[in-house]
Amino acid sequence: MILVFIEHKNCVLNRSSLEAVAAAQSVGKDLGLKVQAVVLCDKDCSVAQEVAGYDLEKVIIAKNEKLNIYTPDAYADAWSEVIKATNPQYVVMAHTYQVRDFAPKVAARFGREVVGDCIRYRAEGGKLVLTRRMFLGKLDADVTIGGEPPYFITFQSGAFRGDNAEKGSAQVETMEVAVGDVRMMPEEPFQEAKASVDLTKSETIVAIGRGIKSQENIALAQQLADALGADLAASRPICDSDWLPIDRQIGSSGQTVAPKLYIALGISGAIQHTVGMKNSGTIVAINKDAEAPIFDIADYGIVGDLFEAVPVLIDEIKKVKG
Amino acid sequence: MKIIVLMKQVANKDAVLRISGDEKWINEADVALQTNESDGYALEEALRLKEAKGDGEVVVCSLGPQSSKTVIKDALARGADRAIHIVVDNSSKLSPYQIASAIADAIKDENPNLIFAGLQSDDASYGQTGVILAELMGIPHATIVIEVDRSSLNGNLRVKRELESGWYQWFTYQLPALLTIQSGISQIRYASLKGIMAAKKKEIRDVAPVVAEFTSAQKIEKVYLPLKTKQTQMLGGGDARKGAAELVERLKTEVRVI
Repeated sequence: MILVFIEHKNCVLNRSSLEAVAAAQSVGKDLGLKVQAVVLCDKDCSVAQEVAGYDLEKVIIAKNEKLNIYTPDAYADAWSEVIKATNPQYVVMAHTYQVRDFAPKVAARFGREVVGDCIRYRAEGGKLVLTRRMFLGKLDADVTIGGEPPYFITFQSGAFRGDNAEKGSAQVETMEVAVGDVRMMPEEPFQEAKASVDLTKSETIVAIGRGIKSQENIALAQQLADALGADLAASRPICDSDWLPIDRQIGSSGQTVAPKLYIALGISGAIQHTVGMKNSGTIVAINKDAEAPIFDIADYGIVGDLFEAVPVLIDEIKKVKG
Repeated sequence: MKIIVLMKQVANKDAVLRISGDEKWINEADVALQTNESDGYALEEALRLKEAKGDGEVVVCSLGPQSSKTVIKDALARGADRAIHIVVDNSSKLSPYQIASAIADAIKDENPNLIFAGLQSDDASYGQTGVILAELMGIPHATIVIEVDRSSLNGNLRVKRELESGWYQWFTYQLPALLTIQSGISQIRYASLKGIMAAKKKEIRDVAPVVAEFTSAQKIEKVYLPLKTKQTQMLGGGDARKGAAELVERLKTEVRVI
């Protein structure tokens, strides 16, 4: 049996959990295993009913008053109880920030580790060969897991499509779980200075990365954005250096966008950035490094100096637009 | 206040990587090596916390081959007080649980108030060594910490965690605790000449690790270049200006976005 983790905040489903459901269903089919979903909550969570609409053996609400808000201690205790009670062969989760926080702790408690951030898998002789990105996206690795179950696996955002999760009808079951001492006190989550720029609605985005080299050079990227009628965005290092405000950041810790045209200037294409833009209609990459992973997802690539390419781009675009 | 900082030596961000003969790692002899990015931020935050507190000790701990001494010496030059080097030649063959176990064993007599680590390594990117270590040591942890409230330090520590999509959350932790630090938490200092001189007198303790057999390890079977999911048209043939002109033509005629 496979357990799949359903993440939620205040009983609002995290959509990445549907990707995890699709992943678990797929693994289940290949290995002949049933799938059960697990929701952690302090009440009869409405998310459980929502997930019960998928093709699952059942949905378990692991219930304890200390699960009213996320803490790694409470989540690890609750998960340990569920695993002990149900004896799964696999535990499948989406590789979210919350999962990254507690899943290795749960696995370690069972003398296991997590095969994390997988992008695909194949079944070989009744076991899984999982593929992970390494070296900042420059290389892939096929990985096997030794020893006995349970095996812990997380899948990267976008590795499976949530709308491919098969519909069905599952029973919802409540399991009271014991939670011990919680050694951290959470405050309410908050958004830092509400994003004043909503890049999710942009049709065209010009994004800059470390290759822009200095804050002064941003003016050049801005000129290109102006010529295209585009919004300017950036990868994390640019916002960390305060060269652009944080509400211009694209990627796992920033905004997720899908414009018609995305031009990446001097962006290497680390996973943390590409998860936020890989669904763009047309992706253009300009980078000095021919092996930069951004070229793997680009429709058009220019290997070379962006400071040579961009002025020509601006001139030519102005000519076309008249 | 004693803070242990876990630091790892990894391939340089911009290095061109060659896959090793056994196809299970890269050829590290080929590439420039550097301190893992987020580990550098972990050290910086530890130094700032010690300075804010006015006393204490920052101990660097690195697991890896002798070449990791470069990372250790650089950390000592920036202000760490001493170092523990868990000497392992083939650290790429170790799984995160084995690494965490070896570290737990090497620091078992240290009794630190805090352990800092980078949030993940830029090579294997397991992203869990710190969390497993905390569990093995029986202490609480927080991952992806983007701010530490240095004024909160009275047996408790208030830290800001980064969540997804621009959300954040503060947590207060009982000490001892382990934090994994996000890149960009603060500006990293340079080593001063005085720091470099002082580092020469600082203690580096080499430890031969206890690496236990671990049957549940994840095993890298094969490393390879990512399969392309898209057909990428490369433009300009190495000439960036020519590529730019060709690109505008394509955007006009093929993509029709301008």
